[in-house]
This record gives sequence, C-alpha cells and structure tokens, in this order.
Amino acid sequence: MTALRTTTVGAAGHPSTNWTTWLRGRISGLVPPGEALPDRQPAYVVSWIYVFGVLTLAALVVVLVSGAVLAAGGVAWWHVSGLGHFVNSMHLWSVELFFAFMVIHLWGKFWMAAWRGKRVLTWVIGVLAFVASIGTAFTGYLSQSNFDAQWISAEAKDGLNAVAIGAWFNVLNPGQMLLWHVLLLPVAVGIVTVWHIVLVRRHGVVPPLDSERGE
Amino acid sequence: MASPDLLLSASSGHYIHVGVINVSVTNLLIVLAMIVVFVLALVLPFPGAADLGPDRGEQS
Repeated sequence: MTALRTTTVGAAGHPSTNWTTWLRGRISGLVPPGEALPDRQPAYVVSWIYVFGVLTLAALVVVLVSGAVLAAGGVAWWHVSGLGHFVNSMHLWSVELFFAFMVIHLWGKFWMAAWRGKRVLTWVIGVLAFVASIGTAFTGYLSQSNFDAQWISAEAKDGLNAVAIGAWFNVLNPGQMLLWHVLLLPVAVGIVTVWHIVLVRRHGVVPPLDSERGE
Repeated sequence: MASPDLLLSASSGHYIHVGVINVSVTNLLIVLAMIVVFVLALVLPFPGAADLGPDRGEQS
C-alpha cells in the first residue's frame, strides 16, 4: 500500500510560488482582519443617513432574485401569468427603491465629502456603480416586450447613433438588449458593487465633517 | 372600445414645463418624496443614539 504523501511548497524559508497561495494572500489582504463582517462601528454611524448604503444593497438583492425568476419564466411569461405579473412588479418596484436609496446615499455622501481620508477610489467606484445601474435599468425598459419598450428604443436610437455607438449597442435589437440586461450589465453592477463594499470595509465608514478622524 | 380621448389621457400624463425643465408630475412627486426622506434621515434621531451620551466610543 502506498502511503499518502503531502508536501508543503514554500517551506524552509522559501517563498511559495503557488498561484493558490498568492490568491489566498490577496483575498485575505483585501480588508483588514475582522473588518469584512464587523460587529462594531464608530459611534458616528448611529444616524439614519448611514443606513441608505445597505438599503441600496438590500434592494439590489431583491432586484437580482426577482430578475432571476423572470429570466426563468421567459420574456413573455409576465404578460400571461398572474404570478409572472407579480414578480415583474416586484422587479420594477425593487429597482425604483434601489435607485431612490442609491441617490439618497449619493446625496448624503456628497454633502459629507465622503472622498476624504484616501476614499477617492471608493467614491469613483460608487459613481461607476451608478452609471452601470442606469444602463441596466435602461436595457430593462427595452426588454419589457411591449409597446413601451418599442417606443423607448425608437426614441433612444437617434441619441445613441449620435454618439456613434449605435452599431455595437443597437437599441432596436431586443435580443441584444435582453442579453445586456440579464448578463453583461448585471455582472458589471455586481463587480463594481463588491469592489465598492470592499473599499468601504478597507477604509472604514467616512466620519462626519466635524470629526477630526479621516480628515 | 376606448375613445381616443381616453387613450390620450391614459398615456400622456401631466407635465410641468419651466424653461428647459420638462418633468412629469409623477417624477416630480418622487423627487420631492426622496428629498423629504433625505431631510428626515438627517434630523430624526436614530434608535439608541441617545444611550451613547456625549462620550461616544465604538458601539456594537
């Protein structure tokens, strides 16, 4: 019987060249120890204005789940099914709340100059999340498979052609717009959202303007 | 069959037009509601905030 042997690459003082070791180090170093899911926050976070970031995140979860159910049913399901109509309404209203919470979050962070304390990249990634979300919502309106979608696409095509992207982003092609809506743009929103949260956990929640910390 | 007037009133909605600004009443009400929520978030006390007192440290 052959004995199972294991080796530890990188032992005896030599740095490991394993890509898994490198990746593990990068993941564990993304945020300081204990900050990924903290159970304590600075006292200045005790304010309703600090709630809207996580409200945005909660709304996004509902958007993704209801969108996944709609995708499973197909583009015409919500037109012919009571349950489909309900899920479609849940998708619409969670998006409405997602944007309302995100914009109030944006107002709060703008007026407290949340880019202070080396948080510029957090602010910029948040802007990217906002822009990607607008694109996702826009392609969602184009994917309703009704006259409203036709009207919006017909109105939008001239503007997008004027900025020379109509050949690659054709709003009159409902199949292309549906794929942007259910795959490409949600992936982009997901990546920038995770990136944004990692940066918030890495640098901490921005303190109020009258606080000395983070200035 | 619905009359043309009914179809028009059901689809067009009401708009407020001031200079270059053209906004539907629905969207204006939503924006105003968001501003109200924003102001309330700034002025309403958060539950438990009073327990911290003036000497505010880390809270769980």
